[in-house]
Amino acid sequence: MLIKLTGGTVYDPAAGVAGQQQDIYIQDGRIINPPAEAKPDKEYDLKGKVVMSGAIDMHTHIGGGKGNIARTLLPEDHRADPVARTHICRSGCGHAMPSTFVTGYRYAEMGYTTGFEPALLPVNARQAHMEMGDIPILDKGGYVMLGSDDYLLRMLTAQKDQKAINDYVAWTMQSAKAIGVKVVNPGGINAFKFNQRKLDLDEQNTHYGITPREILRVLATAIKELGVSHPLHVHGCNLGVPGNMQTTLDTIQGIGGLPMHLTHIQFHSYGTEGDFKFSSGAAQIAEAINLNKNITIDVGQILFGQTVTASGDSMRQHANHKHASPNKWVTMDIECDAGCGVVPFKYKDQNFVNALQWAIGLETFLLVDDPWRIFLTTDHPNGAPFTSYPHLIRLLMDKSFRNDVLATIHPEAQKMTTLASIDREYSLQEIAIMTRAGAAKLIGLKDRGGLSAGNWADITVYTDNPNREQMFEKPDYVFKDGELVVVDGKVVHVTWGTTHVVKPDFDPSVEKGLKEYFDRYLTMKLGNFKISDDEITEDGRGSITVHPTV
Amino acid sequence: MGLLVQHCLETIYTKLKGSLMTEITEVPSPFCGIGTDDLTIRVDGISLKVIENGCAVNTPLFEQAITDTSPRINGSPVSLDAAVNKAAELLKNTKLPVIGGCASDVNGMRGLLALADRCGAVVDNMNFVGARNNFLALQDSGWMNTTLAEVKNRCDLLLVIGSDVEAFAPRFFERYLWTEAMFLEDSSQRQVIYLGKAPSGDASTSPNGNKAQVFECGTADLPEVMAVLRALVKQQPIHAESVAGIAVADLKAIADQLKAANYSVVTWAAGALTFNQAELTVQMLSEMVKDINNQNTRCSGLPLAGKEGDQTANQVCGWTTGYPARTRFSRGYPEYDPFLNDSRELLANGEADALVWVHAFNVASVPPVTDLPTIVVGRSGMTFSKEPDVFIPVGTPGIDHAGHAYRMDNVVAIRLKKLRESGLPSTAEVLKAIEQAL
Repeated sequence: MLIKLTGGTVYDPAAGVAGQQQDIYIQDGRIINPPAEAKPDKEYDLKGKVVMSGAIDMHTHIGGGKGNIARTLLPEDHRADPVARTHICRSGCGHAMPSTFVTGYRYAEMGYTTGFEPALLPVNARQAHMEMGDIPILDKGGYVMLGSDDYLLRMLTAQKDQKAINDYVAWTMQSAKAIGVKVVNPGGINAFKFNQRKLDLDEQNTHYGITPREILRVLATAIKELGVSHPLHVHGCNLGVPGNMQTTLDTIQGIGGLPMHLTHIQFHSYGTEGDFKFSSGAAQIAEAINLNKNITIDVGQILFGQTVTASGDSMRQHANHKHASPNKWVTMDIECDAGCGVVPFKYKDQNFVNALQWAIGLETFLLVDDPWRIFLTTDHPNGAPFTSYPHLIRLLMDKSFRNDVLATIHPEAQKMTTLASIDREYSLQEIAIMTRAGAAKLIGLKDRGGLSAGNWADITVYTDNPNREQMFEKPDYVFKDGELVVVDGKVVHVTWGTTHVVKPDFDPSVEKGLKEYFDRYLTMKLGNFKISDDEITEDGRGSITVHPTV
Repeated sequence: MGLLVQHCLETIYTKLKGSLMTEITEVPSPFCGIGTDDLTIRVDGISLKVIENGCAVNTPLFEQAITDTSPRINGSPVSLDAAVNKAAELLKNTKLPVIGGCASDVNGMRGLLALADRCGAVVDNMNFVGARNNFLALQDSGWMNTTLAEVKNRCDLLLVIGSDVEAFAPRFFERYLWTEAMFLEDSSQRQVIYLGKAPSGDASTSPNGNKAQVFECGTADLPEVMAVLRALVKQQPIHAESVAGIAVADLKAIADQLKAANYSVVTWAAGALTFNQAELTVQMLSEMVKDINNQNTRCSGLPLAGKEGDQTANQVCGWTTGYPARTRFSRGYPEYDPFLNDSRELLANGEADALVWVHAFNVASVPPVTDLPTIVVGRSGMTFSKEPDVFIPVGTPGIDHAGHAYRMDNVVAIRLKKLRESGLPSTAEVLKAIEQAL
């Protein structure tokens, strides 16, 4: 079937197209060049409409055990947002941590077609893929978590060479079916199991004598040497701690120019100035980002309201439990592999710290110059549920709206932010970079996130509206792989996306040491640990897309 | 579907004649909940024999013979198609069908929840009354828990509350305590303390002969005993000298040991806490674990659970609906109520109007007897005191087909293997067929 999208105003940063009127042709799921004899089977008149590729959320907690703990923990949150079955959609629940089916529908209904789970614990990756396997429409993928696993720390203590580390990282990526590697509070989750309650960048794990700085170095090096597109994805030390801005600056310097992605940087950009000993470090952080081209970030914006924080960072989540609202929380130590912590949060605009966190996130967005190196996230659900993205986009694109909201937050927080003095408003092209082209480039998706011929036809069509929140929350049309899945912000057709992975090479002899370790210390056999392709494809709707290393 | 049954019978006959004997190693078990995955099983046609690493729980469940291959309507053999159509017909005009048992693999639960969503059913895992003790505590205040590999490598003190660990999982001690540990110089020096119930055997005795300390009390006295233990952990003054027959001095010694340990683990089986409002006892011990973590050492909880698909049911229901597996779809969207959605109550008080019983693991786990239309999707070999309207024998995950099952610690989903070619359909295939026939 040949589909023609006629006369839309196209924002396709991947091809350098910024608001030009263009026709787009779709055949067999992909965008094609205008055919010689263009007799489309179906034509959509998009004159006056805004056309972008489907949006990509490069950091969203949509699959895995901690998310399911968050769901189980919060029945009262689900009860406020029941989602009924329709003739094509399954029932479920929404709000802070939606059910899997509702996650897919609601992402698609805001024009998103791809999401990446950033914290695939190797031993829990199977669950993450099974949950993502029940998320309709979206393409998905995950970054496997390393850095607090005892195997890596033992290797570092034993001073194994970089090649051995690379083999282990590649083996883990293949076993867990990942497209990237994440490190969370490097070594800190492990240190918490030895009763350490904080771990600075240069502080040693009491058992292994290894520091976070060393862990970051070897993992970032491994990613680069293995040719994995997505740089090491780093949730740094000291999340949420006043003064952690310095840790973040030191982390940037410490990586020595290697590619590194710092995630939810808002939670790592705090100073200690002012009466409350809590201040914005956004300006210093943004300056460092602007100077260091090897660094990319996503923001992890907080927005006011009830949500739940679900993190691999058991050490920091345990410390944060005193802020739990409602007052119930979970931490877990997990399988000599990782950990997790789930703490419900209610961010309040009249709470000084929360109000300033909100401002710090926005300052970061507005002070980082290069939209190709910054990504729009709330660290769903940790800063806010992903359904708040349209509101966040309006805050970025509309200075007067932003300042109106600013005028309502805690007055002391207003005094501690430079937000009112920042005139920048994001353009549609910059939004398209952050949420499409930039994300695809960062992760290494060659045929997603763009609208030129050869790309998969993941396409979102909006009605231009000066109220950007209204515009982005209800696209006119969403196409996934060329199939029309959403009309006027409602799912009209349910499809199933693919799982994006990379398969970096490793020396098969890596399994020798691993097998001995599994047999001696772990609770499952090596052969039963590795996830096979058919586990993702056997239900008849999942598929795996392997991306090349570079 | 008719073809499937024929194929199944043909396969069985071929295998019997051919007597194709193989041994499969590193077989994971979906039965015991502790994730044993080192069994060696000899497959001879369709009969299985556990050769290595069996136990009192796993061996009989692996070796259970296939007796039924044909679905039945009112006791008479029919094709799978006919049984599926009859099941759909029975469900078609129901107002509140209940789906009980809920014991299968991940794909089985996926199919079960899709069917429940479609026909507005109540989904109720058969062991939810026990699991509820944990869910209510979790949903009220949370917990700090751990998983089996952390127990194996770190645990220097195991405190067992009101539960018989080895009866629950015979190989628990062998696999996770009396074995090499990464962070203990001598794993046989680990301490084991039973509070409430005495162990039924000697599995908790260390290899060098150290016996567990045992402080017995009545199960129903555990709330009081736990309250005093937590108070002692928090250094609250206790005036009584004994609680439910246990000396406060002994409880004080346990509190001190917990605080002196580097990584103590408190374990309990929620289903063993058979007294009213046992969730408050789970909460008490979980809050005690948190208190210990505030006294400059580490401690974690370890709920014993996960037999025959319990964790799987709650996990899959969790991501599909947001709620554990006692959830109804009768209003078009999921509604969780840990009391009102009790399927036995709904059957007893006349609210339910049909029963679907799903149990792919254990022939002894039969449905409650009811006069309502009853559809059983069960393990081959199930026998009934009252023949259900429809019985569809299905394969067992991890024996007749591959699948996934959750271990007790809720983190590790094990990949179950297909061991033989029985031709029996999977739970997922049958439930999907019923949904499509509706």
